Amino acid sequence: MPTYNLKVNGKLHTVEVESDTPLLWVLRDHIDLVGTKFGCGIAQCGACTVHIDGVATRSCVTTVSRLQGSEIVTIEGLSENGNHPVQAAWKEIDVPQCGYCQAGQIMTASAFLENNPNPNKSEIRSAMKDNLCRCASYNSIEKAIEVAASKIK
Amino acid sequence: MKKSNQIQFSRRAFIRTSALASGGMLIGFNLFTACKDDVVPPKELIDLSQLNYNDFNAYIKISPEGKVTIFSPNPEIGQGVKTSMPMLVAEELDIPWEDVYVQQAPLDTKNFKRQMAGGSRSISLAWEPLRQTGATAKQMLINAAATKWGVDATDCSAKQGLITNKVSGETLGYGDVVNEAATLEVPEKVTLKDPKDFNIIGQGKNNVDIDEIITGKPLFGLDYKEEGMVYACVLRPPAFGQELESFDDSAARTIEGVIDVVTIGEKVRELLKKEDLHWSVNIGSSDKVVVIANSTWSAFKGKKAIKAIWKNTSPLESSEYHSQELAKVIDSGDFNTLREDGDVKQAFSNADNILERTYESTFLPHNCLEPMNFFANVTDDKIHLVGPIQTPEGSADTVSKLLDRNKEDIYLEMTRMGGGFGRRLYGDFVYEAAEISDAIRKPVKVISSREDDMTTGIYRPPTKYKFSASIKDNKVTGYHLKEACINGNSWPQMSNFFPAGAIENYKYDIAQVNSNITAGAWRAPITNFLASAEQSFFDELAEELKIDRIQLHKDLLQNVKGTTDERIQYSPERLEGVIDLAVDKSNWGKTPEDIYQGFAVYYCHNTHVAEVADIKMENGYPVVKKVTVAVDCGVVVNPLGAQNQVVGGVIDGLGHMMYGELTFKDGVPQSSNFNSYQLIRMNQTPYVDVHFVKSDIAPTGLGEPTLPPVGAAVANAIYAATGQRLYKQPFMKYFKPEALKA
Repeated sequence: MPTYNLKVNGKLHTVEVESDTPLLWVLRDHIDLVGTKFGCGIAQCGACTVHIDGVATRSCVTTVSRLQGSEIVTIEGLSENGNHPVQAAWKEIDVPQCGYCQAGQIMTASAFLENNPNPNKSEIRSAMKDNLCRCASYNSIEKAIEVAASKIK
Repeated sequence: MKKSNQIQFSRRAFIRTSALASGGMLIGFNLFTACKDDVVPPKELIDLSQLNYNDFNAYIKISPEGKVTIFSPNPEIGQGVKTSMPMLVAEELDIPWEDVYVQQAPLDTKNFKRQMAGGSRSISLAWEPLRQTGATAKQMLINAAATKWGVDATDCSAKQGLITNKVSGETLGYGDVVNEAATLEVPEKVTLKDPKDFNIIGQGKNNVDIDEIITGKPLFGLDYKEEGMVYACVLRPPAFGQELESFDDSAARTIEGVIDVVTIGEKVRELLKKEDLHWSVNIGSSDKVVVIANSTWSAFKGKKAIKAIWKNTSPLESSEYHSQELAKVIDSGDFNTLREDGDVKQAFSNADNILERTYESTFLPHNCLEPMNFFANVTDDKIHLVGPIQTPEGSADTVSKLLDRNKEDIYLEMTRMGGGFGRRLYGDFVYEAAEISDAIRKPVKVISSREDDMTTGIYRPPTKYKFSASIKDNKVTGYHLKEACINGNSWPQMSNFFPAGAIENYKYDIAQVNSNITAGAWRAPITNFLASAEQSFFDELAEELKIDRIQLHKDLLQNVKGTTDERIQYSPERLEGVIDLAVDKSNWGKTPEDIYQGFAVYYCHNTHVAEVADIKMENGYPVVKKVTVAVDCGVVVNPLGAQNQVVGGVIDGLGHMMYGELTFKDGVPQSSNFNSYQLIRMNQTPYVDVHFVKSDIAPTGLGEPTLPPVGAAVANAIYAATGQRLYKQPFMKYFKPEALKA
């Protein structure tokens, strides 16, 4: 079986997996980082979103063989103490209900704000439309992104 | 005023205390029953598995440092009870919220009492006993301090974890007297706080798991791992009505990481002969092929590589067939009458006019974002089960029968759940995990793919309603509701919801259509569509009578006030209260020209709700801009959590009414993942404006009741905008297909 060196949250991990294995399952089953969630497996729900070289990416359809040399950041590595402005805003607004999709929401939102630190409502709604929340916490997510944007300023 | 569904609560002692060997006090209590005289909580808290949830279904530990830990095995599915229930204890114990720590405790399966999340009942059942427990502990701490000071307990008061000697002004922390308090008698009677003195209840408190959620800590069933654990994927029949005939696993076995391929099903089949479990076993009793692997990905790949041959064992049904059967039954079927008042036949034959309308819904999958999964480790000594389940005790009980093992051997731990919506009331995946681990004698995690989850579900069944109203002298004199539903029906109490009691001649009939497609509870069972149909009908009825739709409801509610009919579930006064609040807050009838409004009011799950939807037509499509919600759920324990539940319920209901549909062709579900099944997304979401009726009445649940009315509020708004009445779910089918793409 091939071996891959992955840089996840600043740390180097060597994993021995089949070349077609999605990053999602490498993270969850092999590196024990389970914050990145499985929802659909076909890049439709966003629960598995991570940052690859700063870009919000669906880890469920990103195979491990493409990731040598990439900087991968997961929810566990978004901030040192869970205090990234987006995480702080999520806490302030008390966004989660079941909480399962929220790591993916936070990863999408943080990458979005990186590129557009001062978004309007319609930009937020459009940027977040690919992340499903089955509990429908959408109003709170929208509000939390506005709060996060004001924290970043 | 009539109180709906008053919770009966025994005042006999339900609390026992003991002194912990390590210092501090352990209070065991039972939320639902009195404790037996001879039971006491353990003296030492060595390990959570030693807490006995037979005699006590929750525990509170007060440490010598004054910190409070609440051990509760109550499952959390996102409805917030893990936050709101401890708030009740902390309020009466009178401690700073920051000093409270909540730990999800495992379930001891020895003759356990009811522990489940479902029916929005957790908070109403817990309201009185949890506060009594907190107040009792506080009184014991006060008594201990009074003894220390040599003063009367009435000369002491306690607040925010500090006891004050009112004579000398001295103070003691709870931790300073907790060892002494633990040895005292449990007081017979304690006084609960006046609601106006609440300082935790009614204050917004963050979800207690918030830090773990936002940093991605392991919390959910899918996150659970054990040393030596293997992964399993289950191949089930692709169509309802099929069973496994044979399979070839040679390709699967060559896949890297695949350890074994086994079949299961025999044990469930045997159990089905003895027990009525059909409702909790999805896709029948076929044998299933299980791929065991050392990673999830290998198990998924292995499952795809199995070549199976399936045989038809019962008719393969399609959606057209379901629709025809429902229509047949509604028009000619035999009905069971749940309630009949007066003489409906007479009222209809004397009528000047009769309004008759039918409404039809579709199958819906639950689509919990965390797919079904469970961990099992079956050994000769014990059965360890871990995962997300709304009915731990029932599932553990079934596993004991399935594997013919003693209940005492089973140790079930509940994890946080990535959504429930009714799906996790059914333990099919628990039985599968147990049967697999029993077969391979290894710790195993069974995981469904999204496709497995959506296509082998236990679905919300399609229902058809026919509403008829007789009108005489421009008054509603009779009302007849007929329900035809696949593998399910209204519960008897639903026939006592509005407009029962409000219309003299009233009849509620139900009939069932049988199908081999498994159907079951889905968030707000039955009412999730019944409310939409009924409140759309009332909108049309008001139009027929040329009466304002709000006024029609108010007139009918007048007839129920002061009723002596004990069966009536709702309060006309509380319904009127939410109507007035919704009308006021929504600027009903005073919106800009391009905004169209629709109204609906509904009582279910002990909670009264009115909703107004504001829509705008954009490029020929209805866009819901805002939904105003007025809720009477009694005391609002945690406004932050309550707001989340209300908003979530409304948007969930809206999304499913607009887009939700699972069709079948020859027994095969025609959607299998989120590319072929539309869930509502943020860019389609209205702003939900929530208003609670101020109340001192005991709280009722919020997980479900705001979902049912939204469909009608939206349908009625769409009618106001377009003149088009909507009789079928999903509503977007009435508009151009491009609208579905969004």
